[in-house]
Amino acid sequence: MNGFSRLALIEAKLFLREKAALIGVFGLPVALVLGFGLIPGFSDPQKGLSDQIGTEFIAAVGVAVILGSLGFTGVPMVLGQYRERGVLRRLGVTPVRPLTLLLADMTVWAAAAVLSVAVVVAVVRFAFHVPAPVTPGWFILSVLLGIAAMFMVGLFAAAVAPTARSAAGIGWALFFPNMFLAGVYFPSEEMSATMRQVGNFTPLGSALHAVRDSWMGIDPRPEYLGIMAAWALVAGVLAARFFRWEQA
Amino acid sequence: MTAVIEVTGLTKRYGGQAVVDGISFHVDKGEIFGILGPNGAGKTTAIECLEGLRKRDEGQVRILGLDPKADGHRLHQRIGVQLQETQLQDRLKVREALELYASFYPDPADWRELLDRWGLAGKAGTSFGKLSGGQKQRLFIALALVGNPQVVFLDELTAGLDPGARRATWDLISQVRASGVTVVLVSHFMDEVEELCDRVAILERGRIAALDTPAGLVDSAGGEYRVRFRPVVPLDEQSLAGLPGVVAVTRRGAQVDVTGTGDFVSAVTAELARGQVLVADLRIEGRSLDSAYVALTGQTMEAGT
Repeated sequence: MNGFSRLALIEAKLFLREKAALIGVFGLPVALVLGFGLIPGFSDPQKGLSDQIGTEFIAAVGVAVILGSLGFTGVPMVLGQYRERGVLRRLGVTPVRPLTLLLADMTVWAAAAVLSVAVVVAVVRFAFHVPAPVTPGWFILSVLLGIAAMFMVGLFAAAVAPTARSAAGIGWALFFPNMFLAGVYFPSEEMSATMRQVGNFTPLGSALHAVRDSWMGIDPRPEYLGIMAAWALVAGVLAARFFRWEQA
Repeated sequence: MTAVIEVTGLTKRYGGQAVVDGISFHVDKGEIFGILGPNGAGKTTAIECLEGLRKRDEGQVRILGLDPKADGHRLHQRIGVQLQETQLQDRLKVREALELYASFYPDPADWRELLDRWGLAGKAGTSFGKLSGGQKQRLFIALALVGNPQVVFLDELTAGLDPGARRATWDLISQVRASGVTVVLVSHFMDEVEELCDRVAILERGRIAALDTPAGLVDSAGGEYRVRFRPVVPLDEQSLAGLPGVVAVTRRGAQVDVTGTGDFVSAVTAELARGQVLVADLRIEGRSLDSAYVALTGQTMEAGT
């Protein structure tokens, strides 16, 4: 095994030891879909949700929240800590580069996100008979682009934040407005045209739209996918440019 | 002796200010080389340039024939580093940390043996976050050695260790050197440097103020030794005054003070024996690296920023 896979294995173990992270990534989305799924009549198509089944909409929200919480808050929080504690510096004097740890971590968290999405899909399928995403290819692509977009934004937050605390702060400051504009608190169908338009341009908003559409069997609009790809590219390039490996 | 480390005119600036200002030295194979100086003297910055963690602005550095700036990756396979003020992941276990770091190197040491040697065998399954300060420090030293390095850099080796553990650590570092490893030790503890180092560079405001063996530094700082005793039988002080190396003989009440340089102490004791002069409370007040440091730099360790 090379340095990358050894670090990924260790970081996966460390992730599994963080009870709070496990509850956030796996527990909360399931609790969300179970809670809403038990509302009587919510398993029928809802007029206010463009005729999407209520439980399916909530499942899509769950998927978006998984990606957002890991990308916006998890990535900057952990990487900010690794920088502040000198974990990255210490790796810098070994034959393995600190960049390898960054990549190993993001891979582990991306895998956790995919796994949690699969759990949500399975839970609504078996508990509430919500059909699996009708266009699985688009669904998978939407999830992967959402991961790329939000993880890169999180990485950029980690890159520019001076301390671990501020990295986590920036993460939360990104996460909540994103959820609001994306239509997590109330669906975008109820938003004004302007607000909906702004929401479409957020990473979480474009991800939620693309996931909702592909779940219903509608091909996601190319601009949603393009917006996510653009966020991933721009934030990724900026993160690579500005990332600091040690605490100033 | 072959030089394992060669440093010429190493300079590192921050914001136009030279933190390390043109220092030059070499370290031979199997030496323990000390870098001593007050906080803010540039010690850590200097060795971080050697370790490849920082890029020097000027000068030449060769470690095992490699330039840390250009050949960092190859260099890192062959050196071990203990950094100041680093932490590992809180939930990483001691065993996992050693196993992980061992896996980074082409020819690692047996990490189980390092666990034993550094007194961590009972802590193998303990998370890093639950270790005491001393245990963390010993883990970091073990991690510096886990790659079977040819050169080890230790920055504030015994920070956070209690007196017993410090002495045990010194013994272990001597063993490390005995196995042919070259050691560079950054410290602001005189006793540590005096005990361990073959040669010492005293760094002051980014420059080398003095570089010699600990004994050489003490000698070059000048000053005299003093022998004090209380003769139990009458003594003719003039018989001592003419001895080689003796500078002055003074009597204060019952006590005689003889100051001198070089090996005057043996001459004095021989003369006392010849005259069958019994003495009580014989004390030799030597000069220490501490006083030499003050003499050479004009300041105490606590000075500086």
